[in-house]
Formats: sequence, structure tokens, C-alpha cells
Amino acid sequence: MTTRKEWPLWEVFIRSRDGLHHKHAGSLHAPDAELAIQNARDLYTRRSEGVSIWVVPSAQITASEPADKDSLFDPAASKVYRHPTFYTIPEEVTNI
Amino acid sequence: MAGVEKPELVTAADEAALEVAFQARVDAETRIEPRDWMPEKYRKFMVRQISQHAHSEYVGMLPEGNWITRAPTLRRKAALLAKIQDEAGHAAYLYSAAETLGTSRDQMLEDLHSGKAKYSSIFNYPTLTWADIGTIGWLVDGAAIVNQVALCRTSYGPYARAMVRICKEESFHQRQGFEIITTLAHGAPEQKAMAQDALNRWWWPALMMFGPHDADSPNSEIAFKWKVKRQSNDDLRQRFVDMTVPQADYLGLTVPDPDLKWNGETGQYDFGAIDWEEFWRVVKGDGLCNRDRLDARRSAHEDGAWVREAALAHAAKKRATKSAA
Repeated sequence: MTTRKEWPLWEVFIRSRDGLHHKHAGSLHAPDAELAIQNARDLYTRRSEGVSIWVVPSAQITASEPADKDSLFDPAASKVYRHPTFYTIPEEVTNI
Repeated sequence: MAGVEKPELVTAADEAALEVAFQARVDAETRIEPRDWMPEKYRKFMVRQISQHAHSEYVGMLPEGNWITRAPTLRRKAALLAKIQDEAGHAAYLYSAAETLGTSRDQMLEDLHSGKAKYSSIFNYPTLTWADIGTIGWLVDGAAIVNQVALCRTSYGPYARAMVRICKEESFHQRQGFEIITTLAHGAPEQKAMAQDALNRWWWPALMMFGPHDADSPNSEIAFKWKVKRQSNDDLRQRFVDMTVPQADYLGLTVPDPDLKWNGETGQYDFGAIDWEEFWRVVKGDGLCNRDRLDARRSAHEDGAWVREAALAHAAKKRATKSAA
């Protein structure tokens, strides 16, 4: 066999039913977007797991760096005042 | 998602610190994700295990494919087709999980086809009768479920997620197999004999699916340390025996092990010695079907090469037409 050329990798997102977000289901190889949808249907919805499919070339996804986790997400940890439970409301006050 | 960054230059001291942090994450039950730092040995270990697992699903289609055209009823045929399609799907989930570690699908297939990579030896046994299809579902998928349930909490995230999905789907495989065997075992004497014959041939290979005894399993220690594995081969094998013997009793079939008996003290079944020489013989390539299986895989891959190339060429042409318009 001469040089091998793999089909590109795609990320698959499935909406399990109307009213819900698409959610990452996994990835697959396909020559183009149209066949990626076909393959995704065979691979990820064999038991009625979805009503809508998104496919995105994996190479097109930009992801945050694992090493940046602390600087990106730690600041939120100390901001308890962003949560309703931070505030004291007198007991006799209702519906708030 | 695949895509492994080119590692930056790290000193030995950095590396040691990273490794300590890695082990701390594993110990804290935090899953390891594709772009997280991991020891090279862990990466290699996972690629080996996940690709081997993928190859098993992939080769596992062959013994069953043998019976699609001869399934006794349309109901059985539809179920068998669906099961085999699931096996293809399971291979695809697992290949994808392995690709997140930086290996390519083509590389893995090449390693399978060259004989460098292994797959589960159980698929090197032939499917001689229809009862074998039932027995594969009942025993082989049954043993696979015991192994795979244990892997749903494995430390590498993409592998664990693939396992959760696979376990959900495997349950139908085992039940359709048990239904086939129940029908045969409760059928004509010839049918019952066929079921017994299949059990005689598959019982010991099924027990071998859990791998060597713990003492002879060189990878176990590191697999436990990295929480790739959480239960020992022998514990999982025992669980399978304890689950399955009552099912054989229900069917009125005899497990082909004269030493098998209930142990009231341990609350488990004691069973006879496994023929490890046979196990290693099949692993090393001298099972009944090793050559056939690899030949079938290779020719499927090579005969399909023009389709894969044509699809790529078609996609390129469509892109060109679109950008010209």
C-alpha cells in the first residue's frame, strides 16, 4: 500500500430531544460534513438517542490549556457573593 | 477530542513533580483528560489497552458474521445484525478514545494487521453451530460485561466514557444470547445436545478472557496504581463463575468442569484449573482461527481502500466546485 491518507476527524454533538442543548457525544472519521452526519447517525443514534446532529471538524476546536485551569477558574471560587445563598433575608420575608 | 500538543521541554525535576501531581489526581479520583499532562508510560499503557480492546470489538464481528445468512428466523437475524453493528460501533468509540492519546486510526489498524497488536483470544475460536452464537452472547458478552463494568470507573476519561456507553449496549447482547440458548436447551434432544456442545467448547475460553492469574499478570501492579484497573483478574473471573453457574443450572446444561462445586464457607463456587498452555498458545497465534481472522480483517481493509480514497477525492472535488462557484 502506498501513502495512507486518513479521513479527517469530526466531533459529534447530539440534541437528545427538542428543548435540550446539543451535547458532545464523541468523534468519528468522515471524508466530509455530509458523510460525518450520516456516520454520526449510525454511530451515535442507533437507539433513538437524538433528534438533531452537529458535526465540527476536530481541528477547528480551540480549547483552553489544562495548565491555565487555575488562573481561569480559581477566581470564581472566592466570589461567593455571586450566589443567592450569600445574602441574609429575614425569615418572615417570603417569596424571595 | 483528539489533538495532543507537542510537549514542551521539561527537565527531569519538572517531570518528577508533574508525575507526583499526576498520581495525586489519580488518587483523588479525578479523571485524566486528553490534554492533561501524563507520564509517557501511562500514555503508552492506555494506547495499548484501549487499542487492544478496540481490536477485540472489531475482530469480534467475524465469528458472528459467519451466521448472519443462516440465522434460523428473521427475529434472530435482525437481532444478530444489530448486535454485530453494535460491535462495530464499540470498536469506533474505543478507537476514538485511543486517538485522543495521540495515536492515529491508521497506525492502530496497521498494528492489528501486522500482528503486532493483540485482540482478545476468544475470537480465535470457531463458531461451528447456531448454538455457538447463543453461547457467545451468553458467556462471551457476559464475561465482557463483568470486565467492562469494572472499567467504567477507569482513570482515563475518554476510555471510561466509552465504557459506560458500551456497557449500556452490551446488556442486550447477553440477553439475546441467553434467549437463543434457552430455546435450544428446552427444545428437541438434538437442540439440547447442540447447546451442551457449545457450552463445552466455550466455557474454558470464556474463563480465560479475564487474563492470567494475578500472580502471573505483570501489568496488574501499575494498572492498579494508575487506577486503570480496580479489580483483579481472579476476582472478576470468580464473579463471572458465580453469576453464570446458576444460569447453566436453570438451562439444565452441565458446566464442563468436574471440580466445580459450591463452597458454603466462601459463598462462592470452587472451580478447576485453567489450561494456561492453551491460553498462551492462542495468544501467540496458534489458535484455531488466528490466521483466518487476520486475513479477513486485512482483506476487508485493503478491498475497501478504493472506497475510502474515492470518498476523499469526491469531498475534495465538491469543495473545489463550491469555492469556484
